[in-house]
Amino acid sequence: MTAYTLPNDTGHFGKFGGRFVPETLMKAITELTDAYEAAKLDPEFTSEIERLSKEYVGRETPLYFAENLTKYAGGANIYLKREDLNHTGAHKINNAIGQALLALRMGKRKIVAETGAGQHGVATATVCALLNLDCIIFMGEEDIKRQALNVFRMELLGAKVVSVTSGSATLKDAVNEALRYWVANVEDTHYLLGSVSGPHPFPMIVRDFQSVIGKETKEQFLERNESLPDAVVACIGGGSNAMGMFYPFIEEEEVELYGVEAAGQGVDTPFHAASLTKGKPGVLHGALMFVLQNEDGQIQEAHSISAGLDYPGVGPEHSYLKEIERAHYHSITDKEALDAFQLLTKLEGIIPALESSHAVAFAVKLAAELGPSKNIVVCLSGRGDKDVDAVRARLRGGNN
Amino acid sequence: MNRIEKTFQLLNNNGSKAFVPYIMAGDGGLDSLVERLQLLEKFGASAIEVGVPFSDPVADGPTIQQAGIRALNNGTTLKGIVAKLAEARESINIPIILMTYLNPIYAYGIASFVHDIQNAGVDGCIIPDMPLEEEDIIAPKLEAAGIELIRLVTLTTPIERIKQIATKGNGFLYTVTVKGITGVRNEFDGDIHAYLQAVKEVSPIPVLAGFGISNQEQMLDLTKNCDGVVVGSRIVDLFAKNNLAEMEQLMSIFKQKSNIV
Ligand SMILES: Cc1ncc(COP(=O)(O)O)c(C=O)c1O
Repeated sequence: MTAYTLPNDTGHFGKFGGRFVPETLMKAITELTDAYEAAKLDPEFTSEIERLSKEYVGRETPLYFAENLTKYAGGANIYLKREDLNHTGAHKINNAIGQALLALRMGKRKIVAETGAGQHGVATATVCALLNLDCIIFMGEEDIKRQALNVFRMELLGAKVVSVTSGSATLKDAVNEALRYWVANVEDTHYLLGSVSGPHPFPMIVRDFQSVIGKETKEQFLERNESLPDAVVACIGGGSNAMGMFYPFIEEEEVELYGVEAAGQGVDTPFHAASLTKGKPGVLHGALMFVLQNEDGQIQEAHSISAGLDYPGVGPEHSYLKEIERAHYHSITDKEALDAFQLLTKLEGIIPALESSHAVAFAVKLAAELGPSKNIVVCLSGRGDKDVDAVRARLRGGNN
Repeated sequence: MNRIEKTFQLLNNNGSKAFVPYIMAGDGGLDSLVERLQLLEKFGASAIEVGVPFSDPVADGPTIQQAGIRALNNGTTLKGIVAKLAEARESINIPIILMTYLNPIYAYGIASFVHDIQNAGVDGCIIPDMPLEEEDIIAPKLEAAGIELIRLVTLTTPIERIKQIATKGNGFLYTVTVKGITGVRNEFDGDIHAYLQAVKEVSPIPVLAGFGISNQEQMLDLTKNCDGVVVGSRIVDLFAKNNLAEMEQLMSIFKQKSNIV
């Protein structure tokens, strides 16, 4: 593969991406692009991120050989990149720290963000507490119910959590409200977007801040095995942990990239969140990307047992990687994810987030398919403490 | 000459200001659309903005969001709207401007959309989530079809950029008067007049103010420094409440008073 340099200057990955936003936001996203380009080259900025990543977040995170899971799967070796061990319990903090420092550089001390599972909200509220920034988080009413503990956590951290009741009252609608809030408060507020979605430069910035996952994985794997893994696997909501894992491997063509979407009750039912598998290109939340929509271009509600994957779009860069067939996208049902949740817990003593459980479930299948002497790294994007209540209710309800 | 251009020339000759109401197509049922357009023309509308409902209207406040949900629940589609507009064209003489987010157009197919709205006699298009940087996706096709792409500028748009957008020169320049989304406002920023003056100064095309404008005083005050107003949430609300008397009064008083200025 020739050098991979996307997005281009206008924020496009092939035909995907772009800046499909109301004019009111153009100034802010142009400023953000300029601020980021300057910050990236400023050693003071990059070393501050490194310092906080090390001392505050606890990076680098381990690359763990999951021997029991490997034996169970009966094929390729399965390694786990332990993003669940980050402070606040998921990869989301990697991005939150970078963007909050960027907001400070731009002189913005107010932060607005959306959250689905609440992990991005918690990460954002945490960084705002640390850096003494005002923080307002929009969260769908449905998700507030599913993730009550994370709501309380955000409030403890000093954030204001606003319940969103419009539409499906989940992540997509929280993004709408956060965008509306940003339009009205753009001059002193930074929108700390939580995934590789939204208008340029967000997909690029979030990818870059998350690519520490793939960079560390590459170094750790090389050091251990003097080779690269055969495949990396990550779950896909908006696609940030996956892009963070994939990006440093894009030019390494011998490494296969697998993204795992939420199939909910099945991709042939109306209840799933598999945008790449079942969606069509369309424009939502500022970007051209694969979107679940009806024939008339109305966006459809996504469904997944995991709130963090419950989004009808997917980052434009994934849309592009699918189109050029550099990455492969598969899906895992609610039931398979629940099984993987319990499997990893019992076999390895690691309780994964329901989101990450999708990646684990797929990796177990892939391992069997690839066979022994191959190596797979799974991005374990978060820990499952937040999901224990929901899983308990589901298992006791017996409709597992 | 395009109908929008003609309309503004006429207004200009008469020293009048434009009143452009916005309605949500399909709110109250798509079958009422033609009748509502006729009513607005009768009440003195200079042109009409016809909104297309979208599931995720990020530039709109609660009034238009709710109207959009009602329209979608009625089964309103962009195809259905375009067919109704073709029907409306037989009786409506003023310009019809379609306001829609990009995705319904994208799903329709950009070329077929432009083709169909041209046949339906639509005069202009406003696409609130498509800034200058992305307009190549449709602007050349609209231009070839003689349909005006109405562009927006806002309080956060730097003056150089306003100039750049205004000189693209199509129909009129839609000047957003609030920092925020659509919806009725009680007051505007103190520097709104300086902003409108600055826009007027650089714009070779008529300048209309819109977003948040709901009452007589605001309309008369703003049109001191621009060529007309777009009134959305207030009109949507009056249709929802079926308060046509108040709508007629709002429009006719504006017509009289703004004429004298
Ligand atoms: C643990 C975890 N993994 C994955 C995701 C999905 O987001 P993304 O696809 O951006 O990584 C979330 C989102 O909340 C999450 O909390």
